[in-house]
Amino acid sequence: MAFNYDKYLRTDKLPTLWCWGCGDGVILKSIIRAIDKMGWDMNDVCVVAGIGCSGRTSSYIDCNTVHTTHGRAIAYATGIKLANPDKHVIVVTGDGDGLAIGGNHTIHGCRRNIDLNHIVINNFIYGLTNSQTSPTTPKGMWTVTAQYGNVDPTFDAAKLADAAGASFVARESVLDPKKMEKVFVEGFKHKGYSFFDIFSNCHINLGRKNKMGEAKQTLDWIDSRIISKKKFDALSDEEKVDKFPLGVLKKDEEALEYCEAYSKVIEAAQNKTKVQL
Amino acid sequence: MARKKEEGKVMAEKLELQDIEVWDGNMAFAQAMRQAQIDVVAAYPITPSTPTVHGYAKFLADGYIDGEFVLVESEHAAMSGCVGAAAAGGRVATATSSQGFALMIEVLYQASGMRLPIVLGLVNRALASPLNVNGDHSDMYLGRDAGWIMVDAFNAQEAYDLMLMGFKIGEDLSVRLPVMVNQDGFITSHTAQNVKPLSDDVAYNFIGEYKEVNPMLDFCKPVTYGAQTEEDWHFEFKARQQKALMDSSKVISSVFEEFKNLTNREYKAVESYLMDDAKVAIVALGSTVESAIQAAKDLRKNKGIKAGVVATRVIRPFPFEEVAEALQNVEAIATLDRSAPGGTLGMLFNEVSAALYQSKNRPVINNYIYGLGGRDMTQADIKEIYADIVKNAEAGKLVTPLQQFSGLRGPKLSFFNQEQIDE
Repeated sequence: MAFNYDKYLRTDKLPTLWCWGCGDGVILKSIIRAIDKMGWDMNDVCVVAGIGCSGRTSSYIDCNTVHTTHGRAIAYATGIKLANPDKHVIVVTGDGDGLAIGGNHTIHGCRRNIDLNHIVINNFIYGLTNSQTSPTTPKGMWTVTAQYGNVDPTFDAAKLADAAGASFVARESVLDPKKMEKVFVEGFKHKGYSFFDIFSNCHINLGRKNKMGEAKQTLDWIDSRIISKKKFDALSDEEKVDKFPLGVLKKDEEALEYCEAYSKVIEAAQNKTKVQL
Repeated sequence: MARKKEEGKVMAEKLELQDIEVWDGNMAFAQAMRQAQIDVVAAYPITPSTPTVHGYAKFLADGYIDGEFVLVESEHAAMSGCVGAAAAGGRVATATSSQGFALMIEVLYQASGMRLPIVLGLVNRALASPLNVNGDHSDMYLGRDAGWIMVDAFNAQEAYDLMLMGFKIGEDLSVRLPVMVNQDGFITSHTAQNVKPLSDDVAYNFIGEYKEVNPMLDFCKPVTYGAQTEEDWHFEFKARQQKALMDSSKVISSVFEEFKNLTNREYKAVESYLMDDAKVAIVALGSTVESAIQAAKDLRKNKGIKAGVVATRVIRPFPFEEVAEALQNVEAIATLDRSAPGGTLGMLFNEVSAALYQSKNRPVINNYIYGLGGRDMTQADIKEIYADIVKNAEAGKLVTPLQQFSGLRGPKLSFFNQEQIDE
C-alpha cells in the first residue's frame, strides 16, 4: 500500500511554494517516512526552520513548528530542546541559512553535541532570492553575484560538522530517497548532534543558469559529484577533488550529549556539589 | 581608495541612457549607485531589495563600475564591511530590507558614530513575526534613532534622485553622516515606471569626487575609529553628533536646490500637495503619498472637499518647523503610519503633533495605522479617512477615535479614544 503522507501534512497548505521538481519535497517526504518509522507521536516532534526555500518545510509538516529568522534556527532549537529534553527536535536549514548567516550557530550546536537533528538542504545556491553565491557554490559557477564565475572556496558541510564536534554526520542526496530515509532514521535514533548534509537540486536558480537547461541535468550533475563512502576512501587525493562521500560518515556513541551533561549540572546544584563528568 | 581621475586610473565604461528610461525602484537605486562609482559594496540578499544589488553586480561585472563588490555572509557583515571600507577612505553603499536591516542595527550606530558617509538603500518591508515579504514601514521606523540622515522616495524617479543626492549630502565635509534612502517594497521597488536619468558624466560631476577624511589607509597619519569613551567623553561626543545631524538640514536644502537647478525637479524637506487652500490634510510617507494626492484631487473635483497632502521627505533630521508651517492653515489632520505602533501612537502622529504643539494654530489631529504587511491602501480607504477628518474639522474638535486601524478586516479597531468620544 502506498505510504499515506496526508496525516503528516498540513494539506490545506498544499501545493507547496517550491518549484516543480524541487528536491525539497523529496526531502520533506523522506523526513516524514523517517518520523513514521521512528513511531514518534507528532505532538512530541518539533520542526524548527530558518529562512529560504528550506524554511518552508515548517509550513507543510503537521507537528509543532517554528519558522524562525535567517540563520538562527539552531539557536531557537537549542532552547526548545533544553527546555524539553524528551521531545524530538528536527532543524531544517539551507546552505546559505545554516552555513553562512547561521554558520556560527551550526558549529556551536555541533560543539555542544546537543541532541538536535540538523538537516541542511544543500542546493549550492541562495535559491529563493535568485542565485547568489552561497558557501557551498562550487568554484566557476555563474551566480548573480559572481557573473564571471565564482572564485570563493567552499565549505564541505559534513567535514565542518565533524570538526566542530557533531557526534553523527551523514550525507545523502535527493537521488536516493530510500537511503536518505534510512540515514535519517539512524541519525534520529542517535543521541547527540545529528548532522545531515543533503544534496538537493535547484534546477531553476542554479542549474538553468549554469548550462543545465533540463531539470534532469542538475540531478546528473549531483550524481557526478557523489560516491559511496567505501569507494571514496579507495580514491587517490586527486580523484577525491569535487567528490563527496555518501552515507554515515561519523557516529560517535560515546560523546556526552548536552542535555544529559546539563542534567548533571542540575543534579550538582541540587546536591551543592561540583559537576561530575 | 577613492576614484581619482588624475592618477590615470582606467575609468569604467559609460552607459548611454535614454531621456526617459523604464525602471523599477530597484533599478533606479542600482543605476544611481553605478553613476556614483562606488568603491566598495558589501551586501547580502534579501527580498525585496535584492534586485538593487543584482543590478549593481551586473554593471560591475560588465565593466561599467570601477569598484569592489563583496557578497558577505549576513547583513551584519554587510554593514560591517561597509564601515571598514568607508573608514579606509572609500565611497561605500549597500541595500537591504526588513530582517536584514534589523540585523544591521548594531552596525548602523557604528557607522553614524564613526561619522562615515555610507549610503544605504532601504527597500521597506514588514518585520517578522509573522514572516512577511511585503511592504510596510516597520524597518524604516526601526532605524529612526540610529543617527542617520533619512529621506523617503515615493516613486522610482525619486528613488534615483535621492540616491544620487544621498552621496552628496552625506559626503559633504560639514556633514559626514550616513544616509538612508527609503522606498516602498514592491509597490515602488518592483513597479516599472518612467524615470528621467542624468547622463553618467552629469550625475558623477553633480555628486563630485569622494573626499577622504581621516582615511585609515594613510599610514603616515594613523587614526583610530571606534575609540572607547565612558562617562568622561561619550556625552559630548553624542552631542556633537546630534549637532552635525541637525546642521545637515542646511546642506540637504542646498543640495536639493542645486539638484533643482540641474534637473528642474524640486525637492523639499516637507512636501506639500494641494495645500494652498486646504482645510483637511493627510500626512503620510512612501507610495501612499501619491495615492493620497489622487484621492484628494478626486474629492476636490467631485465633493468640493478642500483636501491636501503633506509628506516628510526628510525624516531625519526631522523638519520640525517646516511641518508645523505646512499645516498651519488646516482645520484637521490625519497622520498615517504604516508600522505597528507597539503600544503608542504612530511616529508621524507623535512627531507632527509635537511640531504643531509649539506653533500658533493647533489643528485637530488623529492617527491611522494602515497597510501593514503589504495590505493595499485603496482610494476608498483614503477617502474614508478624509471623510473622518472633515467631521473633525466641522466639529472643531476630535469626534473620531484618536488612533484607528484603516483597511483592517473584521470589527473596527481603535485606541486612545474612549474619553474623547464620551465627552
